[in-house]
Amino acid sequence: MIAEFGHFALILALCVAVAQAILPLAGASRRDAGWMAAGNAAAVVQLALIVAAFAALTHAFVVSDFSVKLVADNSHSLKPMIYKISGVWGNHEGSMLLWVLILALFGALIALFGGNLPPTLRARVLSVQAMIAVGFLLFMVTTSNPFERLFPPPADGNDLNPLLQDPGLAMHPPVLYAGYVGFSIAFSFAVAALIEGRVDAAWARWVRPWTLLAWSFLTAGIALGSWWAYYELGWGGFWYWDPVENASFMPWLVGTALLHSAIVVERRDALKSWTILLAILTFSLSLIGTFLVRSGVLTSVHAFATDPGRGVFILALLVIAIGGSLALYAWRAPQLKGGGLFAPISREGALLLNNLILTTAAATVFIGTLYPLVLEAAGGGKVSVGPPYYNATFVPLMAPLVAALGVGPLLAWKRGDLAAALGRLKFAAAAVLVALVVTGAMTWGRPVLGAVAIGAAIWLAAGVLSELAGRIGLGTLTVGQSAARARGMPRSAWGMTLAHLGLAGVIAGAAGTALWTEEKILTMQPGQAAVIAGYDIRFEGAAERRGPNYVSLVATFQASRGGAPVVRLEAERRRYLVGGQDTTEAAIHTMASGDLYAVVGEAQKDGGYVVRLYFKPLVVWIWAGAAVMVLGGLMSLSDRRLRIGAPARRKSGMATGAAPAE
Amino acid sequence: MKRALFLIPLLFFLGLAGYLGFGLTRDARVLPSTLIDKPAPDFDLPPLLPGGAGLKTADLVGQVSLVNVFASWCVPCRAEHPIWAKVASEEKLPVYGINWKDKQAQATAWLKELGNPYARIGFDPDNKAGIEWGVYGAPETYVVDRKGRIRFKYVGPVFEETLDATILPLVRKLREEK
Repeated sequence: MIAEFGHFALILALCVAVAQAILPLAGASRRDAGWMAAGNAAAVVQLALIVAAFAALTHAFVVSDFSVKLVADNSHSLKPMIYKISGVWGNHEGSMLLWVLILALFGALIALFGGNLPPTLRARVLSVQAMIAVGFLLFMVTTSNPFERLFPPPADGNDLNPLLQDPGLAMHPPVLYAGYVGFSIAFSFAVAALIEGRVDAAWARWVRPWTLLAWSFLTAGIALGSWWAYYELGWGGFWYWDPVENASFMPWLVGTALLHSAIVVERRDALKSWTILLAILTFSLSLIGTFLVRSGVLTSVHAFATDPGRGVFILALLVIAIGGSLALYAWRAPQLKGGGLFAPISREGALLLNNLILTTAAATVFIGTLYPLVLEAAGGGKVSVGPPYYNATFVPLMAPLVAALGVGPLLAWKRGDLAAALGRLKFAAAAVLVALVVTGAMTWGRPVLGAVAIGAAIWLAAGVLSELAGRIGLGTLTVGQSAARARGMPRSAWGMTLAHLGLAGVIAGAAGTALWTEEKILTMQPGQAAVIAGYDIRFEGAAERRGPNYVSLVATFQASRGGAPVVRLEAERRRYLVGGQDTTEAAIHTMASGDLYAVVGEAQKDGGYVVRLYFKPLVVWIWAGAAVMVLGGLMSLSDRRLRIGAPARRKSGMATGAAPAE
Repeated sequence: MKRALFLIPLLFFLGLAGYLGFGLTRDARVLPSTLIDKPAPDFDLPPLLPGGAGLKTADLVGQVSLVNVFASWCVPCRAEHPIWAKVASEEKLPVYGINWKDKQAQATAWLKELGNPYARIGFDPDNKAGIEWGVYGAPETYVVDRKGRIRFKYVGPVFEETLDATILPLVRKLREEK
């Protein structure tokens, strides 16, 4: 009964979304306050209905109701509770339900907290948001019903793919989707602004917190996914340029550009139509990402739905959503008035450069992801272009980005002084020189690119810190005055400082581990030892152990350095009883200088085991850096000016909002 | 003129949508190669593994064989990899590897981790043989008859269904040819 209730709630949500798509939009053009307000109520009701559907599906998973086909296919009564719950979204139908849940959640947030928006803008945003919901709810109800029954019900379920039974991955989809779907708000704002025919500083101010929120979630989601790949797949890599990873990375790159160009709209009233385009593109890339993953058009380790019927439906959705919004853009954007004078050497000039590089980088990733598809359409087959392509295209683009990023924040709005900015960076330049010499000497004979990348990370970090020091008057004022200035600094400024510092960490970590990883693959007998990166690793032996729904082989290693014990490592190889699949659980010891990483493989006939040992320099900095970036995003989000809008601006926004220039 | 600029994103997207639609309607991972029914191209690759066997044109003459293009950076290759050990042992069919655009250390480690089902592996780091064979990307698999002619090409990872439905029947037929 509960499953049928969930299904019913989903269909009702679809009906509500249809009403929400039509009423407020019509109300906004007729200036009918009642119709416009209906959108707010509808958004909240829609959320309540989807929450009910989601709760019903979660209930089916928790009580292991195998008469529901989805539960029978993806769960098992022996599975630990957390994976029963994460099993809800560890499959196609459930993940779509999570998708619409988050979409409805954002819509309801606009309805509840959008009180400072002009009523017509809010009504149109809610309406566009509902149109997206209609598309996806229709998709679910017609092709991907999560509540389908199975008769007769099987005695037990098929279990969740064991690779997905992991705490990191249990959290990965909700966080990632919150990012993906969160950009729907920026999209809805952009489309609503095109309908209104007006984009101004106030608009940018309203869009920016939503973009920041989505961006923070997406950053966290990507980092979680890469962390999972690092420790769970047992290859010790953190990024594979896999189509599904790219599907989340492209919206991130364009979303980052959007975040920065919205600042220019807010401060300088320029780059308007470009910002609108970025907002449309960011969410479009999220949608295309969904298409790529869900339709199975690309070969990937991640794909778990390959059904051409669904693919056709999603493609039709894409054409309507993206094609429609871009057509609207082509029609209305030329009428948007640009403003302000625009000197190349200025803060806005630097932000424009940031935008150009980020979108170009997104384009290279896009081509690398889609090239196999295009090739197939042209008569080729399904292939993977792989890291060589990205190393040749994406990586070189990051160099000018980082170089400019060190300088950009030091430039003033309108007309910056490059010489003065560079003068303030002499400490940063000195730090880079020292870093180059030191890392160069330490890694002599190994890829020189590594030292260059570390230099770039130091340049960025030192540039950010110089900017901070200048802002709080460090060295020119007394310590007390500086501390007072630091306390008085707006949170958005702290946010920028943290996010840029975090990026420096990510660059250092990615370069260190990609270029300097040491690895050894060998057959070890119990008692044997090996040396890697100065650590002695002694293999103590292997034993069997039983888990709740798997048996595992556990190999124990003792790591020591110069005779002093460092850590005991336990590497596992699990066999899941139901599906019969194997997974590797790498043993990882994290240090600031790098990770010791051990994986145990097959037993050999002579009683030895194939063992892979790695030393991954600086790898933890990738995720620490990403965490700092997310923290920066949230810090900036908590800025008072973003949350409630500066009173003066708000007043003028309301005044013009009442009489839109149409 | 300025208006036309704003149309570019839309036109670009429509082209893309056309492509995506086309990609959906096709499941043909099988594609005609200009090399089908022609002798395998002239190539001579050094061995990937020290002490192992390399791969050259003459190695393909004498028995029906498969040639598989792979790389350690290629995720689909990892997915299809277990099938080659099965083919080599159960079908007594030699599987030759061309290790394409790869690094020697990484490819060696990859094979050590996943097992080495290949009877011979030619090492092709700079796409020398790849160009001759017309390799688009990894993985690709070719069926070569006993006279050393390419009879079939498959792009993308090979799984059980393709193997049982297409590749093995063809191999059996080719084995009966004189």
